[in-house]
Amino acid sequence: MVREKDNKGILRSLDWITITIYILLLCLGWMSVCGASYDFEQAGNIFSLSSRSGMQIVWIGTSLILGVVVLSIDERVFESFSYLIYVGFLVLLAVTPFLARDIKGSMSWIKIGSFSLQPAEFAKFGTALCVARIMSGMEFHMNKMRDFLICAVVVFLPMGLIVMQKETGSALVYLSFFLMFYREGMPGSFLFVGVAAVFYFVVGIRFDETPLFNLPEVSLGTYLVLVGIWIFSAIMIRVYTTLRSPFWWVLGLGGGVSIVGLLFAEFVLPFDAAWVQLSICIVMIGYLLYLALREHVASYLYVALFSLGSLGFFYSTHYVLDHVMEKHQQTRIRVLLGIEDDPRGAGYNVIQAQIAIGSGGLKGKGFLNGTQTKLKYVPEQDTDFIFCTVGEEEGFVGCTVVLVLFLALILRLIHVAERQVYRFGRIYGYCVLSIFFFHVFINVGMVLGLTPVIGIPLPFFSYGGSSLWGFTLLLFILLRIDASRNKQRRR
Amino acid sequence: MLGGVVILVILIYILRLFSLQFMNDDFKKNADSNAFLKRIQFPARGSISDRNGKLLVYNQPSYDIMVVINEMENLDTLGLCQSLGIEMDWFLRRMNEIKDRNRNPGYSRYTQQLFMSQLSGEEFSNFQEKLFRFPGFYIQKRSIRQYTNDHAAHILGDVGEVSPSDIEEDEYYQSGDYIGKQGVERSYEKQLRGVKGSEILLRDARGRIKGRYQNGKLDQAPIPGKNLTLSIDLELQALGERLMKGKLGSIVAIEPSTGEILCMVSSPTYDPHLMVGRQRGKNHNLLSQDPMKPLLNRAISGRYPPGSTFKTSQALTFLQEGVISPTGTAYPCSHGFHLGRLTVGCHGHAAPLPLIPAIATSCNGYFCWGLYHMMANRKKYPTVQDAMTTWKDYMVSMGFGYKLGIDLPGENRGMIPNAQYYDKAYKGSWNGVTIISISIGQGEVCLTPLQIANLGATIANRGYYITPHVVKDVQGEPLDSAYTQRHYTKVDPANYNYVVEGMRHAVTGGTCRAANTSMYEVCGKTGTAQNRGHDHSVFMGFAPRTNPKIAVAVYVENGGFGAVYGVPIGALIMEQFINGKLSEASEAKARDFENRKISYGTSAR
Repeated sequence: MVREKDNKGILRSLDWITITIYILLLCLGWMSVCGASYDFEQAGNIFSLSSRSGMQIVWIGTSLILGVVVLSIDERVFESFSYLIYVGFLVLLAVTPFLARDIKGSMSWIKIGSFSLQPAEFAKFGTALCVARIMSGMEFHMNKMRDFLICAVVVFLPMGLIVMQKETGSALVYLSFFLMFYREGMPGSFLFVGVAAVFYFVVGIRFDETPLFNLPEVSLGTYLVLVGIWIFSAIMIRVYTTLRSPFWWVLGLGGGVSIVGLLFAEFVLPFDAAWVQLSICIVMIGYLLYLALREHVASYLYVALFSLGSLGFFYSTHYVLDHVMEKHQQTRIRVLLGIEDDPRGAGYNVIQAQIAIGSGGLKGKGFLNGTQTKLKYVPEQDTDFIFCTVGEEEGFVGCTVVLVLFLALILRLIHVAERQVYRFGRIYGYCVLSIFFFHVFINVGMVLGLTPVIGIPLPFFSYGGSSLWGFTLLLFILLRIDASRNKQRRR
Repeated sequence: MLGGVVILVILIYILRLFSLQFMNDDFKKNADSNAFLKRIQFPARGSISDRNGKLLVYNQPSYDIMVVINEMENLDTLGLCQSLGIEMDWFLRRMNEIKDRNRNPGYSRYTQQLFMSQLSGEEFSNFQEKLFRFPGFYIQKRSIRQYTNDHAAHILGDVGEVSPSDIEEDEYYQSGDYIGKQGVERSYEKQLRGVKGSEILLRDARGRIKGRYQNGKLDQAPIPGKNLTLSIDLELQALGERLMKGKLGSIVAIEPSTGEILCMVSSPTYDPHLMVGRQRGKNHNLLSQDPMKPLLNRAISGRYPPGSTFKTSQALTFLQEGVISPTGTAYPCSHGFHLGRLTVGCHGHAAPLPLIPAIATSCNGYFCWGLYHMMANRKKYPTVQDAMTTWKDYMVSMGFGYKLGIDLPGENRGMIPNAQYYDKAYKGSWNGVTIISISIGQGEVCLTPLQIANLGATIANRGYYITPHVVKDVQGEPLDSAYTQRHYTKVDPANYNYVVEGMRHAVTGGTCRAANTSMYEVCGKTGTAQNRGHDHSVFMGFAPRTNPKIAVAVYVENGGFGAVYGVPIGALIMEQFINGKLSEASEAKARDFENRKISYGTSAR
């Protein structure tokens, strides 16, 4: 009696909007796999189990079964067993490289019978459960260094193990947990520093060889980065300190000197104006250290450290790129940043991906009519680069529908996470949506040539059972927890 | 906060999609050239035969050697070079060319690349036996032009690979295609070439063929080119080329009633076989450097003073304008035309003469006086310019001064001066005397041998001509109306009869006596065109007098008097065409002329 009533309750309180979006994405995903794996020569049955499209039906079916199973489990099980699940996955990840066969340099696949599974795809939900369990503890405070470090270790452990399997892309997904940390109180400056580092790296290398205006002596990249360090520091002074005058001093005096320096280089004597900016940064750091000592305010010291660290980071990345990295790694970075343009070389994947998408136009070429993806011009067309198939066969309309569905999914998950009464549910929810967001952001961005080429699947689209099961588990555990949000719990 | 970031990212991605899928058409084109291999299927080029159906030009299979770089394993390079008769250096250079994407944009390791083109059947069969020893090498059949004999090179022309400007002009062509370069191969290129077919194949990223696009629904079968029948009589052409051996010049024979060109000889000629196969470029270069200019079709591109053959056109003009009367007017000639200090010389004959004997004896004085009186007639023509313009209009109506419009490339328009020309040359102060030499086909007047032959045809027709042409019939297509229309001159047919009479007298008792025969009535006019060197020997005539079958112009550079070369050669051409063969005596004469050589200086001509 009781159990039946309970089930009814679940069906009623289940978030059907999320499930609808999930089903829609699965359908579109299956169509894309059909398009990507279809062979003009062997125009066989797309439902045949010998084809990838047929196998994907099996994966989708088993995922749905998995979803129903998860929904039928008591939500408390996940919280109670979270540590055990996490440790289990850590062990599995640790032994994987020894059990796995080398597939294209990756040591992440375990063969069970005729199926191969990738533990890295499942470890995400284990980690998410574990982090959520730790952070939902009564004593936990994000701004306590010890607590934060524990969380960081929980995230970095599986990440490191996955790097050892040579699946760097999958490992980087764990960085998405920092989005959740930010929601849960991690200082914004952490994210700010991260964004600033990316800025220094990308701008510094991308525009290194570009001259500033008509001054061949000045590297635009270096100049912009030095201007960036100065402006970022000024903003930090404004945000993190109380005195108003230092901000205006730094901004006004620095700006004035920059302009004078530029005008001098332009009209009087051409010289490398970046030196002016470097001097401004150094004077600014000195000024900040002086303020820290005079006012006894640690914030000035932190900003000074940020500026100094920025300078160090910028100059060391240059050194690392030129002297530490191997040739092919350098090329990869250069192509990614649009410095090198070689259709048959390193940028081949990205260019072919854009050709395939660009050839789709408004409405696309129609289901199974794409030529670029089917004739194997696009690499990894049914896994990492599957968004190309959507672009080529369904066109702008199809791509927009898919992107809007993902947007709706993530926004809905934010809503779901925020309505959780208990921290465990909310934190787990944020883990899930952060992981989804990271996957969509990197995967679609890579296909569109906007983000680095990092081989991670597009949720519900990329062919493969492991990733589909992994994403389904992540999502349905959240839905299960959400379904009991109104139930009184004893703690 | 996070929601905002997600919305922003998705918006940026949609904008990026928009720019990829709408802003730039290059991606679409790129995708098509990626995936579709449009394989061209070449149509068979039309064949060419003479007016009696004898095949002149046909297609012969030739063989290209193709190579797939990826399949080349343990190649016995030395053996390959030996069996193809090539140097090791050439092999290495060729391999580098094939792999150079700048020169060979369609390069792929996995597809056939052209290694060596146009092997002859013999070379092919030698190589085929050893082909199994060279993995990765294949043979592809292609067809090239072949000639059944070595005559009529200038008319037939040749084909060669398209030039970049050909491709620019007509998008039908692609690099490596063949196109007519000279002769009818060029002027009837569109009819001969047919229409290329195509099959659209799907090609994967490694260049391998993965079947037909939409199962070949969009494929198009090639349409073969149309066969041409020339108006040329091969035997007549062969005789003409024989007779002109060792001489510079030209023979043009026209069927007056149709404008069909029966033979067109330009000497020296060349063997059209030289323009076939891999040696074409080299041979073409050699021929174009020859000081005797064998590539020049003198019959239509050469401009010559017509000499006395031109007098017939003057007689017609003067008759029509009333300057002379057919029997009444007789002009004096005492060894030429004398007016003031000017003298135009003439040979000794009875004087004064009326028109018909004046034509027959080719009297310079008669025609100089005629032009002088026409130019000086202020009652009829207010100014000398008006008289000149009238004269010029007559000349143009006879097909002089402009291109006749023959269906061969490279025709010259010749030269007929007009009033403006002389105004400029003599700063307005000129009269009939100044320009007197044009009346005897000298001075500024220049005609092509074709125009001289056409003059003969016009007289034979008594007043009209049909634009001369070398193609009699295009398979399944009516002849261009330009080659069926009659062009009437400004002279009445009645006046032509006097000139015909004069030309008949020239044969029976005048300058063309050597052309006289009992078999049919020949009409003719000699010409001895003065120039800086030895005189040119010219003959223009037709036969028979009634219902003429053939009009001929013979032009032998530096041949001396018209009677020396022009008349006998013209007579042989007429005999061959009218009788279909030469009599024994004529054959002996032909052999004699075949062996006569005129020695020319090597100075540029």
